[in-house]
Amino acid sequence: MEKNTILSIQDLSISFTTGAGEVSAIRGVNFDLHRGETIAIVGESGSGKSVTMKAIMGILSSNGKVNSGKILFSSAKEDMEEDIDLLKLDKKEMRRKINGKRIAMIFQDPMTSLNPVMTIGAQIMEGMKWHYKTPKKEAYKRAVELLQLVGITDAEKRMKNYPHQLSGGMRQRVVIAIALACNPELLICDEPTTALDVTIQAKILELIKDIQKKLDISVIYITHDLGVVAKVADYVAVMYAGKIVEKGLVNEIFYEPKHPYTWGLLSAMPDLDTNDDKLYTIPGTPPNLVNKVAGDAFAPRNIFALNIDNRLEPPMFQVSETHFASTWLLHENAPKTEMPVELKARVERMLGEAKKDGE
Amino acid sequence: MENKQPLLSVEGLHQHFKVSRSYTVKAVNGVDFVIYPGETYGLVGESGSGKSTIGRSLIRLYNPTAGKIVFDGENISGKMSKSTEKHLRTNMQMIFQDPMACLNPRKKVLEIIAQGLDIHHICKNKKEREDMVYQILEKVGLSKEHANRYPHQFSGGQRQRIGIARALIMNPKLIIADEAISALDVSIQAQVVNLMKDIQKETNTAILFIAHDLSMVKYISDRIGVLHLGYLVETGTTEEIFRNPIHPYTKSLLSAIPHPNPIVEKSRVSVTYNYVTSGIDYAKGSQNHIEGTHYVLGTKEELEMWA
Repeated sequence: MEKNTILSIQDLSISFTTGAGEVSAIRGVNFDLHRGETIAIVGESGSGKSVTMKAIMGILSSNGKVNSGKILFSSAKEDMEEDIDLLKLDKKEMRRKINGKRIAMIFQDPMTSLNPVMTIGAQIMEGMKWHYKTPKKEAYKRAVELLQLVGITDAEKRMKNYPHQLSGGMRQRVVIAIALACNPELLICDEPTTALDVTIQAKILELIKDIQKKLDISVIYITHDLGVVAKVADYVAVMYAGKIVEKGLVNEIFYEPKHPYTWGLLSAMPDLDTNDDKLYTIPGTPPNLVNKVAGDAFAPRNIFALNIDNRLEPPMFQVSETHFASTWLLHENAPKTEMPVELKARVERMLGEAKKDGE
Repeated sequence: MENKQPLLSVEGLHQHFKVSRSYTVKAVNGVDFVIYPGETYGLVGESGSGKSTIGRSLIRLYNPTAGKIVFDGENISGKMSKSTEKHLRTNMQMIFQDPMACLNPRKKVLEIIAQGLDIHHICKNKKEREDMVYQILEKVGLSKEHANRYPHQFSGGQRQRIGIARALIMNPKLIIADEAISALDVSIQAQVVNLMKDIQKETNTAILFIAHDLSMVKYISDRIGVLHLGYLVETGTTEEIFRNPIHPYTKSLLSAIPHPNPIVEKSRVSVTYNYVTSGIDYAKGSQNHIEGTHYVLGTKEELEMWA
């Protein structure tokens, strides 16, 4: 089966003008997303995950500037020419052709992303009426269907409700229904479950997965929860200080991570099976991107850092067909470095569990 | 058998809020638990289960509707005498969820941290007061220079450290941490949790840790109480709860935690629990002893069904 790419980000670089100077928030991001697949972007706050997504949607704040790069989007629908560069479209065209219609986004906080003075029915129908000029009756019917799809009971009654009458989980379901209203091909979920309880989180994630299968859409997840990543993603991209430091299939990232930052992230994750007294923390704090970063941005926090890390930025080394990591440790002249022992033990235990599960 | 005296014991705590003449929200319905000196008790549950309400009732931000709370040998439920109130206010402290909202933006860190000292007239002179603040700042991993800054000049993790410093300066016997790490980034969460553990080891302070993230609760708590709809459905040591969860709600909570293991996680479907359709009536149940300190709420028949 041939995979076709729906979104391809090439060498994207974005900076913000602030009082403190020019902040280079994104410093060369590359990734591809295939149709029907899911990529998860992980990283700490300030690593540039959300900025990348905002660039895709064309909703960067006014002090942001795209320095270079392309975001190629190819639609399978008939009324659109092949491969358009989203960065070349102006705001009006974005609104008319892309936002909501082709690419929809689910935001972190369902409390603030809904309009408090509009019924949820009207909010779901709004996009359809605007993009497709759907007649009111049809739009109403479809809105009810959508509410049923996202698992809201008594959909007809709920159409007349206002957001404050719903619980947090229900509101996030409504937000998902709104996002799906115009049959988007790409769904961006920016921390969709951070504001929700664990029990509801699991339900919402299962819902998004289910809908993705039914409607064959591609999904980008932005999250810092590796548990969520393990549950939903096909591909993972780990971001640090405005760059992707490691990307690959979800199994490659979890079972054979190569980048020291990924090692740190995986080790810092609280594990239900260990009884360690202390949680692992990555020493130090992320770099301030106002200052020019020389060499590898992660070097000051990296106990495995080599001399060259302070001078030269590492390129992407290819580990396998799908797995890339940007660290000098993978260079042929670098000393052989294995992942930390504790992490290794953990990975082995995870693999053991997986094996047991398979039987 | 128990030679330890509990620091805090809560018996049949009820907290109801009257919304209108005919409608009362019953946020907490008869909760019993004890906290021993120097231990961490984790309170978990979904939003609306009453975990924050319990924390606020204990520190008397609310007046409990019914129940008895004994803290450090003194009854702090009902009307308190002046000396009891002072005892409570100095020995029980709280850390709040949102480090952005809980610090006065117009005060310097020094003033914020020293406020408790000022109110209770603990320091005799300015020098002593400043020294105490500097000491505490150091303890939570900040430095002296930070004392003259304003809250907006700090990152989220640092602000939460200020919140911890403010609670610690009174040298409390019990700290109530209400979702103290929920608003922080994962890597920062780990730092703050480690800090709280370190401080606890050093000062032997008891912590009531209120959270909805079970994986963090597991790390920090010695014992856990699971709350649902204002009832304590299960309580026991962390080990007992995680090894042998009995109540279906606890099971669903545990299964909802995503594991960082893609192969297992992809095929796993979490257990769902719906109180309305499950036919369980919490009001009918009683606390049943399972083992050690492990108790489950339910009737005899329900217990047999779950086992």
